[in-house]
This record gives sequence, structure tokens and C-alpha cells, in this order.
Amino acid sequence: MELNAKIPSGPIESKWAKHRFDMKLVNPANKRKYDVIMVGAGLAGASGAASLAELGYNVKCFCYQDSPRRAHSIAAQGGINAAKNYQNDGDSVFRLFYDTVKGGDYRSREANVYRLAEVSGNIIDQCVAQGVPFAREYGGLLDNRSFGGAQVSRTFYARGQTGQQLLLGAYQTLERQIGMGQVQMFSRHEMLDVILIDGRARGIVVRDMVSGEIQVHLANAVVLATGGYGNVFFLATYAKGANGTAIWRAYKKGAAFSNPCFTQIHPTCIPVSGEYQSKLTLMSESLRNDGRIWVPKAVGDKRPAGEIPEDERDYYLERIYPSFGNLAPRDVSSRAAKRVVDEGRGVGPTEVGVYLDFADAIDRLGEDMRIYPATHYTMGGLWVDYNLESTIPGLFVAGEANFSDHGANRLGASALMQGLADGYFVIPYTIGNYLASTKFDPVREDHAEAIAAVNAVEARIRRLLSLGGKRTVMDFHRELGNIMWEYCGMARNRGGLETALQKLPALREEFWENAVVPGAASELNQSLEYAGRVADFLEIGELMCLDALEREESCGAHLREEFQTDEGEALRDDENFAHVAAWEYTGEDSKPKRHIEPLEYEYVALATRSYK
Amino acid sequence: MNLTLHVWRQKDAKSKGQFVKYEAPDISEDMSFLEMLDVVNERLILQGDEPLAFDHDCREGICGTCGVVINGRAHGPRDRTTVCQLHMRSFKDGDHVWIEPWRAKAFPVLRDLVVDRGALDRIIAAGGFVSARSGSAPDGNAIPIPKEKADLAMDAASCIGCGACVAACPNASAMLFTSAKVAQLSLLPQGQPERHMRVKSMVQQMDAEAFGNCTNHGECEAVCPKAVSVDNIARLNRDYIMSSIVADRRPEATAV
Repeated sequence: MELNAKIPSGPIESKWAKHRFDMKLVNPANKRKYDVIMVGAGLAGASGAASLAELGYNVKCFCYQDSPRRAHSIAAQGGINAAKNYQNDGDSVFRLFYDTVKGGDYRSREANVYRLAEVSGNIIDQCVAQGVPFAREYGGLLDNRSFGGAQVSRTFYARGQTGQQLLLGAYQTLERQIGMGQVQMFSRHEMLDVILIDGRARGIVVRDMVSGEIQVHLANAVVLATGGYGNVFFLATYAKGANGTAIWRAYKKGAAFSNPCFTQIHPTCIPVSGEYQSKLTLMSESLRNDGRIWVPKAVGDKRPAGEIPEDERDYYLERIYPSFGNLAPRDVSSRAAKRVVDEGRGVGPTEVGVYLDFADAIDRLGEDMRIYPATHYTMGGLWVDYNLESTIPGLFVAGEANFSDHGANRLGASALMQGLADGYFVIPYTIGNYLASTKFDPVREDHAEAIAAVNAVEARIRRLLSLGGKRTVMDFHRELGNIMWEYCGMARNRGGLETALQKLPALREEFWENAVVPGAASELNQSLEYAGRVADFLEIGELMCLDALEREESCGAHLREEFQTDEGEALRDDENFAHVAAWEYTGEDSKPKRHIEPLEYEYVALATRSYK
Repeated sequence: MNLTLHVWRQKDAKSKGQFVKYEAPDISEDMSFLEMLDVVNERLILQGDEPLAFDHDCREGICGTCGVVINGRAHGPRDRTTVCQLHMRSFKDGDHVWIEPWRAKAFPVLRDLVVDRGALDRIIAAGGFVSARSGSAPDGNAIPIPKEKADLAMDAASCIGCGACVAACPNASAMLFTSAKVAQLSLLPQGQPERHMRVKSMVQQMDAEAFGNCTNHGECEAVCPKAVSVDNIARLNRDYIMSSIVADRRPEATAV
């Protein structure tokens, strides 16, 4: 497998401009001869599908939700970064680029990140033009707030619903194209395989989730914008339906999977209250700015928070990190919470939580809030080159589904920026280049590769429905989540990862013998949908553990306990690990192959992140 | 607590449905309503029965996917709360809980509690947008927008498209949904060029989808989890009247 990042030559400031000029164009009259498939309708998918349709391509867009307006981008609260420098506080494209590379702990690709920063301002302009109601000052101009990892105010927001408003802006643009017939929308359709013909992505196999019909859709190029795989942890801030199936199917067809172990844990979520818990919800991180995080000093102290006197409370972040205190970065403060809970000092009914002593909440609710970290973003994803093309020609990957921009840690308010950058301003250009420089033979739905893919999908569905075991799929998912959280969560070590790599194959084996999946194939069957996703999560989890095991350093969100400073900070090994890991699938029973793409830092000098 | 559920079961859009009774023992008051349904479903699956189909996704009250009528009220007993954010502490031991899908001609039942709300998407496709091609936008600060207007637009834009307004309306009207988008875009300068075309096209599509008319009951606002105001309906009506006295510039293709 060859990993050619195809980074344009020249100074970083002019790479994207040069590349846009060098890329081939499709004549406006010829664009309608090309079909593009977009899988996913979140920020990256909706914006990409709409933008491609505006150019004149025929687009088919697929989402598992009942409407493209529901994708989980909608739940993002805080805001979106852009290097507008409206605050006159010294922001610039270079500064946003610098902050993002540094925040990612030097494990992202400089050229991609620079382009992201470069188009960030255009995103704000685009969204304003669509009627996104951003927060404004009394003079009528756009307001900004500051966010973690930056010393400038560059975050644009729409109350606490920025993701919702940006998604609805993209959704409305998409609906406009649907109304004009330029996009065919397939809601409640789930992609179950990608079809490769002559080594190129030429289509997908989907299941109509209402009728159960298995369909083949063909195109000249396929884009996956299907989000992250954080639901591998069972409890996460993701939507319940969010899944890794599309990217996992692509991986199994030859797309390299990069840095799967880079998963971000957010420190301020509402903690688990019982076994039945189905998901975790994020509380705004800004609460942390005003609050003090603590647990009782004594193990097993069951008194209500209000009855624990001041001198019996351990404000552990302030104690361990005196200079940063409660504002320690996300990864550090998440790991500290895990440590005190592991010591038996967790609070709440399940004893998995810590107190956030927040003056306003006490006034309002008369009690302290409990919080606990939860998974909420995956920096890893399918490997892509500068054009966002995977190792399968013609298969592009946008948004959280790719690995490209956030390195080992994503900064706040950067996910929305990346999704929209990819969709509005990168994919429309790079796909044009691919289409213009590729000769396509006509393909038909009865091509042997399409039939083989359909047969494989149908066989898998039949197998799932015939399991007839004694354990529910959710129960398997919960156990998978427990294993992943325990051994591949906030802190990892060799022993734990090796344990997980023994437990996971056993769990997967049991799943394929003892799971129970009710209902039939040819009907709306939510149990079947779920079973297919969990079957894939069981495999994704294993790759995550393998990746975490082989990356013998700590960087960003990936903390290997063997490689940390005395203060518990990540100890990077730039000599041996300043690279992207890209895993190649080699077959059902063989270990995937680890390739590397070396990372070079020409513009942001490698340095240790400091929180002091 | 122990509950008795009466749940609408319907195999598909063509079949007839009926209420089926289920006992739901040992329900914790800390569960969300959907987690309670998860628990019931886990038990049904292990008994060899078909679990209840219901729509849900984000489970944090923002995606608009979930929504059922609980004891006659869309999204259940708590104001400004989606079903996923409703907790079982709103119920008490021994309660009978009647659970049914949104009832509206424009929302066919697909299975059990799952309905097809595609009609709402088609209303947006008919005109609920600003035509602004990617790459063609002026600077974000080129047009100042008074904060009060931006805030009112944001109030309207907070609609999550769940369809509770339709389910609660005696006429199954989609006026609150439609007006929220019309009002958001009418309040902003970016929405002005298409203002008259937009309201006409969206209302026309709403009528074509078999939603009823608005007769000012206000049930929609009462059940709206985001408290979208019926003031937006007044804004729509004003725009609609205005649009009837200006030239209709819509291309034929606008109507879907």
C-alpha cells in the first residue's frame, strides 16, 4: 500500500492556491455527465452534496436518519473557529494553523491544517449569507467568544446551538438542490458496502431501512461523510445511531484506517446514573471556567455533597496542577477524574462521577453538579491525501470520518470548521480534478463486483437474523464499551491493551454465536440495523487497541501510562512516532498491516505542549 | 416503580394498528422515557417478542428525531421537553401510560411509533432557504444586523423539526413549523430578495402535503419543546398577504 499525501509544492501560504490552479477542471456543460454519491448528511455531507450539485454534478445523498436535518453535527454547542480577526486581537490564518497543529500535539499534516485555517473565514461568510443567525453585538456585527487552546477570540456562535444552526444552513442549501432535482435524497438508507470496479470506488450497496430492500447505486465517485466511531464505547456523547459501518466497510475493501486510537474524551459530561443508561450528554465546558472540581478526601464517603465540610474535600485538580487548576486541558482533567474514581472516591449512585462545585448551580438547584468524562470525538478515521481521497481511488472522505486535520487532539470549535471546510470548499474542487483526470468505463448494476457486494451484504443480514442466541445486542455493545473504556479509554498501558486484545475476539466470537436479533430482513427492523453496527464496532475496537498498543508514546488524547512525565503529561516520542499510522486490512484472520506516513514540521517547530 | 404501558403497535404503513398492553416493572425514576422503552425492549427481545419501534437519535433534545404522544400529549407531560429528555420521575408507581405515534394524515405511520415526516423536508425544499451558492458570499460583517432582529431570528430558528406541533394541532397543521422558517429568514436582510416567493412556495407545499389550516388554537406552541412562538405564524400571515399583492416571480420549477 502506497501512502502518497500529494502535498503540493511551494510555500505553505500558496499551496492551496497553486493546487487549485493545477487541478483539472470539468467543463460546465460536462458536469451533468458525472454522478457523485455522498454518504452522510451532516455538516460535511450536506455542504458537500449541495456544493457539488450547485456546480452541476448529479448527486445522490444518503443518510440513515429520517431527514438530513438530524445528523449529529446538530448537537455541537460551543461554536466554530475562523481566523477573521474581527476582534483586532492578533488573529491570523497562520495563528489558527499554528494553534491547531500545536493543539493536535504535532500529529496532523501541516498542509491540510493550513488550508483549513485558510478557508475558515469563507465558512463564516457562507453561513451568514445563508441566514444563519449568529450572535451579534449591538452594533449589528458578529460577536466572538474565546475557547480552549487559543489566546484570541475567534469562535463564532449561535447561542448554545451553533451546530444546529450551521447544520440547518447546510440542510436548507441541500434541500434547495433536492427541490431542483439536482440532488436525489435517500433518507433512512444505510450504506452497507462500497463497490469497487477496476480498483476504483464506483458505487455503494445500501439497505432501505423502511422496506429492507438492498439496492445498488453507481457513480463516478463516492464520498463518505459518515462521522466518527466513538459509539464503540457504548456510552458516548454521540447520537445513538452514529456508527462506523460505512468507513469500516471501506477499510475492508482497501481504504487505510489512520490513527484509530486517537479518541477524544471530554471532561464535563453528565455522569452515568445506572446500567440502563443509553448515552452521555455534554455540559458546556464553560461551566468549568467558573467551577471547582472535587471529590471527598475519604474513600467511601457517602454523605451528600452539602454535608461534606470544606476540609474533607479534595479539589484534586487544584492540588495536582496548582498553576492551571480547574482549567487544566481536556485530556489532563479527564484522566485526573478517572484516577480519583479508580481510587474509590467517585460520587453519585454509581460512584462514577466527580463534583463540580458551581456557584450558580448551587443557587438554582441547591446541590453540586456531578460530572464525568465521556468520549465525544474521534480524531482517527480513514486515511486521506491532500485531496481528501482515500487509498481507494475515487473514494473521498470528509469531516470527522477522515483523520486529517486534528492530529492527536482536537481543539474546541474546530469540528464544525473542518466539516464545513471539507464540504463547501475542498471536496468540490478535488472531486472535479479526479473526474476530469480519470477515464470511466460505463458500469451496470449487474456487474460482477456489484452482485458480489450485494450477495455479501445479504448473507451477513441472513446470518445476523439467524443467530437466535440468548443475549441482546445491546448487552454485547455494553460489554464492548466497558472493555474499551477500561483498557483503551483515557489512559492506556501495554498490559491492559493486551488484555483487551484477548477479550475482544472472544466477545466477537460469542456475539456471532449467542446474540439474538429479532424480526425479518424485509421490514423496518431497528434490531437488525443495530446488530450490524455493533458487529462492526466489535472489530473497530480491536483495531483501536492494536493501534494504541503499537503507538509507544503519549500524544494528545492518547496517553500511554508508560510514557508520561511525573505530572501525568503526555511524553511524545518524535523520533519514532512523528508519523500517521495507516492500517491496511489483510483478511479476516490475519493481523492488519501498519503503514506509516512520516510527518514533517516545516512551519510549526516541534515542541512540548506546556500547561504551566 | 411499576407501570402499565399501552403502546400503539402497527406492522407497517398498510397494516391496521392497535394498542397492546405491556407491564413495565422495576422502572427507575432516573431513566429517561426512551431508556425505559429500551429496558422494555430488552425484555421483549429475550422473551422472543418483537421490540417496539420508535425513532430517536441524539437523546439530548436537539435532533428532533424522537417524539411520541404520551397520555394524549405530544412529548409527554413536561413543558419544553422532548421525549428523550423526559424522565420517569414525571410518572408514579402504578401509572397507566398510553403511548402512540404522531397522528396526522401528512405523517404516515411506518411502524409502531415511527412516522414519516418527509413532508416537512419538502416544505423546506419548496423555499425554506436563501439561495447563496458556495463561494459567492460577501464578508460576514458586510451587512450589520441589529441584535434584536438576530435574536428574534434565532428564536424562530431554534425549531428542531420534530413535528409535535402537527401532532398537537386539532387540524394537523404545520403552520408553526413553516412559519418558524419563514420568520427566521424574513427577519434577516439575507432573506429579503426571496421573501415573497418563499412564503408562497412554502405555504403551497404545506397545503399540498395534506396538512390542515391554522385556526389559532395555540396547541402547537404549548407542546413545542423549543417554545417556538405563534408570533411567527402572524409573521408568516403578514408576509403571505404581502406576497399576494406583489408580482409572483416564481419559476414553475419551484413547486415540488
